[in-house]
Amino acid sequence: MSDSTAITHGAPEAQGITHGHGEHPSYQRHHFESVEQQADATNFAMWLFLLTEIMFFGGLFTAYLIYRNWYYPAFVAASHQLNVWWGTANTGVLISSSFTMAMGVWCAETRRRSGLVLCLVLTFILGLVFLGIKSIEYSEKIEKHHVPGFHYSLNSFLHPETDKEATAAGDKALPLDMARHTELYFFLYFAMTGMHALHMIIGIAILGYMIFRARAGAYTAGHVTFVENFGLYWHFVDIVWIFLFPLLYLISRHAN
Amino acid sequence: MSEHTEHGTQQGAGHGEHEHHVTPPIVYMIIFGCLLVLTGVTVGASFIEMGVFNPIIALAIGVVKATLVVLFFMGVKYSTKLTKLTVFAGLFTFLVLIGMTLSDYISRAWGRW
Repeated sequence: MSDSTAITHGAPEAQGITHGHGEHPSYQRHHFESVEQQADATNFAMWLFLLTEIMFFGGLFTAYLIYRNWYYPAFVAASHQLNVWWGTANTGVLISSSFTMAMGVWCAETRRRSGLVLCLVLTFILGLVFLGIKSIEYSEKIEKHHVPGFHYSLNSFLHPETDKEATAAGDKALPLDMARHTELYFFLYFAMTGMHALHMIIGIAILGYMIFRARAGAYTAGHVTFVENFGLYWHFVDIVWIFLFPLLYLISRHAN
Repeated sequence: MSEHTEHGTQQGAGHGEHEHHVTPPIVYMIIFGCLLVLTGVTVGASFIEMGVFNPIIALAIGVVKATLVVLFFMGVKYSTKLTKLTVFAGLFTFLVLIGMTLSDYISRAWGRW
């Protein structure tokens, strides 16, 4: 099958080292001079993709920055509705998943198949734990009608004494026009964490595919580009959360 | 010029021999530990009343954490100059986005919008 000299571009990377013509590994595409050149070019391409992601999330961060300055009291009061401990737990979970992913890259590079499978499975599970905790937080927002839209409730901000979180933070009642802007905070909260969660879901789906392929030995025969580039993606998603966590959960804790 | 060419050839020759850098697990473990400690520090700092310094410290710790992830987990410290330049370009463009937007807002009459 793969001995065909004409079309070998799509040859699965797991097949032997050579495929019958020339002396390059089967996973080296013909338009590259060397495996190193191919790896460098692929790495560069992945980073270019991540730059577009930086600008994508950058727009959301900028919007958050501007609106937080505009409607500061509303953003402070709304931010008090988030549970710091869920956020902290999720930060720990995500950092751990980045660590297991980094170890997975190492396993692939040093050709440890079972180690790689283990690391990918752990990353997969930690990703699901993150989404699980996120869904607990989202359900709290749904219950309190803090999801922007027709059913949005200003109660926690107009009558903070009736609200557990607002009372704990010592919030004072906001005037109606300012209280209305808490909806903007939650809009940005759901937009930012939602886009982040979507990236996690896509990552977890790719991880599932990679576990399947890794068990067949696909990434432990010398061709580790896919694992490495997925690692870059996963770490990028981690970095986005590293900034979302302080901005959404932490920086408004004392500002009243 | 000739120096530059020579340097280029040397690099080119060295590149073939140079094996793909493999970061040892101990580095990942140390960075993992640092990230967890910094997470603890940033949560702890949020419980202390520091006024305007609360967001500054939280973001500074975030920058340190992100830098550790980029340099070690993402391996930029050991990557090619092209990758380093690309990462820097991303950071620069992001700072332009933030900086230019803010410069617009701080140069307007406050309270008028």
